[in-house]
Amino acid sequence: MKIFKLFFIIYLISSFNNLEASNDDIKSKITKNLRCLVCQGQSVYDSDSEFAISMKILVDKKLAEGFSEIQIYDFFKERYGEWILYDPELNKNTYILWLLPILIFVIGGAIIIKSFIIKKN
Amino acid sequence: MLYSSIGYYALILGLGISLILVYFSIKNFQNSSTLNTKILSFTFLQFFLVVISFVSLVISFVLSDFSNETVFNNSHTTKPLFYKIAGTWGNHEGSLLLWLLVLTLFILIFFLKTKNQPLKYKLLTLIFQQIIIIGFFLFLIQTSNPFNFIFPTPEEGMGLNPILQDPALAIHPPILYLGYVGSSIIFSSALAATYLNLVSKVWASHIKKWIIASWVFLTLGILLGSIWAYYELGWGGFWFWDPVENVSLMPWLALTTLLHCIIVLEKKQVLTSWVIILSISTFTLSMCGTFLVRSGILNSVHTFANDPERGLFILVFLFSLIFISLFIFFFFHKSSPNNSNSFFWLSKETSIIINNWFMMYFLSVVLIGTIYPIFLEVLSSQKISVGPPFYHKLIIPFLIPFLMAMAIGPKLKWIKSNIVDKFYLVLFFAISIVLSFLIVKKFSTNLLINTILVSSALYLFFITLRDFFIRKYSNISQNIAHFGFSLLILSILLNNLFSSEIITNLKVGETFTSSKTKIVFKNINQKQEKNYKSIIANFSIENINETIEDLSPELRIYNQPNIVTSEADIKTTLLSDKFIVINIVQNQDYFNVRYQVKPFMLWIWISVILISFGGLLSFFKREHEK
Amino acid sequence: MKNKLLPIFITLIFIIIFIFFYKGLQNTSIYTPQTKISNKIPSFKGDLFYSDETINSSNFFKSEKFYLLNVWSSWCVPCRKEHVLLMDLKEVKKLKVVGINYKDKKINAENFLSELGNPYEKIIFDQEGIIAIEWGAYGVPESFLIKDEVIIKRYIGPLDKKLTEEIKSIIK
Repeated sequence: MKIFKLFFIIYLISSFNNLEASNDDIKSKITKNLRCLVCQGQSVYDSDSEFAISMKILVDKKLAEGFSEIQIYDFFKERYGEWILYDPELNKNTYILWLLPILIFVIGGAIIIKSFIIKKN
Repeated sequence: MLYSSIGYYALILGLGISLILVYFSIKNFQNSSTLNTKILSFTFLQFFLVVISFVSLVISFVLSDFSNETVFNNSHTTKPLFYKIAGTWGNHEGSLLLWLLVLTLFILIFFLKTKNQPLKYKLLTLIFQQIIIIGFFLFLIQTSNPFNFIFPTPEEGMGLNPILQDPALAIHPPILYLGYVGSSIIFSSALAATYLNLVSKVWASHIKKWIIASWVFLTLGILLGSIWAYYELGWGGFWFWDPVENVSLMPWLALTTLLHCIIVLEKKQVLTSWVIILSISTFTLSMCGTFLVRSGILNSVHTFANDPERGLFILVFLFSLIFISLFIFFFFHKSSPNNSNSFFWLSKETSIIINNWFMMYFLSVVLIGTIYPIFLEVLSSQKISVGPPFYHKLIIPFLIPFLMAMAIGPKLKWIKSNIVDKFYLVLFFAISIVLSFLIVKKFSTNLLINTILVSSALYLFFITLRDFFIRKYSNISQNIAHFGFSLLILSILLNNLFSSEIITNLKVGETFTSSKTKIVFKNINQKQEKNYKSIIANFSIENINETIEDLSPELRIYNQPNIVTSEADIKTTLLSDKFIVINIVQNQDYFNVRYQVKPFMLWIWISVILISFGGLLSFFKREHEK
Repeated sequence: MKNKLLPIFITLIFIIIFIFFYKGLQNTSIYTPQTKISNKIPSFKGDLFYSDETINSSNFFKSEKFYLLNVWSSWCVPCRKEHVLLMDLKEVKKLKVVGINYKDKKINAENFLSELGNPYEKIIFDQEGIIAIEWGAYGVPESFLIKDEVIIKRYIGPLDKKLTEEIKSIIK
């Protein structure tokens, strides 16, 4: 019964070949990380505003010129400020942002372990 | 005009009744004999008045009474009837009236359905709930009156944004509010129970149904919002970590955690502090969400009209509630004594505590991500954005142990004794890893993390599935809900891994060819509808295995207001969705075409429905079956 | 003692959060990029509108005069109103008005200019909109006041009487 289930799932997966459209990984990644300045709630990837279309063309050009992902982010940051990036950088402004949740997790864990030790004794 | 007056005075009367109710309740509380029947009558009367007010607004919308400012701002004579009605709660003022409707409805039902609880508890719950209700009455009347007059009466209204004219979006607020606002009862009763030192197994059984009801509605409400975003907004996504979405997720996380804790409290006098704090937090997060969304403090695609005066009112209201709750919690809560003799570290209580730990972590990620930009800007005048990459990076790694714990946690009772179970735990673990390795290797770059992720989801999936078929579960609702959750994570992961997209510019008659797909832009049809001009583009898509599909996305050019919307055409099958959308390119004669293949979309919706279904089953379970 | 500490600590935290939210209400939520004053002009290459000749930014702003770089297009409604003021600024001796034609069709742009007049000494044809992004612009219209290859002032949105007076007084 289990072997049958296994083979069925493997068959399903191999039929995924005909589902492809096409993919452009790094460009998608970059444009998903950039905010559209005109429709301010969308990423450049999702937006169809004039600004977003121009941004996408520019990202293509920069990639073709050999810019790395970080360099492209820097390029846009210089012109539009840090706001344009969805992935907040880890700098002195954002230490709390990134570390506070982790801190909460660790403190939570510590409290739990401590209460176990107390209860055991 | 008449209806606006009726609606307005109904509100004023309703506010008056709140004060009467508080007065009578306090008197009844002190005399402590039996329930003063006047209280029940007034509670009903208050609800009835809010209904009258709400219906007056609906009628004003239906009649297109533009002497009412709210109707003028949000409606138009050419809007179809269904959307005229839905327009009532599709705006700031009307949605607040919906808040009041649910607030007064729930306290009424609470009184009608709560027979065996102590009188003082019921009265105190009423008093706390009335504090919230009074706050909302004042907010409505002072800053957000749905019944403002404009003179002279305009001929025509400003119209409603056409992307809001969608069936899913029409019922999304009522369902969501039943969850969101329904948690107000949990808040009020938890405060009442804390004050009277009644937080016990008996109280837990009683409040559990309210928690489940609120939770089911909240889950379905969020689902409807995502479905709407997917089908209507045209970017093929269903969750964007937008502030308004986060604001509905946070109460859900707190409520889910509360649900797990109350299940434990029902059986054993433990986790009382957790229960009280979570009860308070759920509604507080709802209110906080209302603040964030309606005050203009956050930038989002779907905020309501922004107004700092309203923001200030909600802020003060929200923090008053917080400080009242803090006061009651710290002064009146007596934590349960440590029953160390009955403690066993592999118990249900432990698994729930671990669950709480993770859930609170997830909640803190969403909360911090949403409000951090506000704090940073106040401190340093710098604006930053916190978007999907942040949430993904912090949540996904922690999902792995979480899913494993979800699989093993509920089975702890049996693990100790049963060898066969242990065997299956290990077997499924192995199968999950092998399977996900095969899946991920074929399609993805981040081999390791994705493999482990898919493995953990598959693991939970297999375990809950097996448990269902051999009937080895403590609780069928839990089994179905957890299975639904595993299916959800699995569907989202596989969807992410296997989605693909083509973006291209095409003129009518042109064809795009890639190695696996051929997109033919056949022709366009233009048609004039009631309130928009429709341009339908007909495409024919040929896949590698020679199947051809016809898809027809549409562009709608509205006259009032003057915008263009893009309606995607989506072909949904069990296995995947084919999604196509077109957009006008300014000043050019070609269209921008986006074609996406998105596997397992349907399963994402089904899994959330399964999760709610699990909750629903639990709600209807008879007492004697427990 | 510990029991008293926790409530006080938590209450304090909430008071602080309240203050932050209160202050936060005063800020607008719409983002406008900070105009980086005294920034060097970006380096770019572009095609001229009329001659199809490619120019380089290093040669473009060579003169001793002030430059007003205006981003415009024929499909932009506020640009029409602003255009009258640009024709006026064209007459100012110490100022050269240059334009970036943003995401436009040449025919439409030419019609626009023949209808409303051409204040631009030179126009850069930015059909894809990427030169505008090099400047940090994101919509139309926008204008930059430049001297000695440094951006002195940036105007987002159309110019009005008040702003043109300001430009004129800066130039003096």
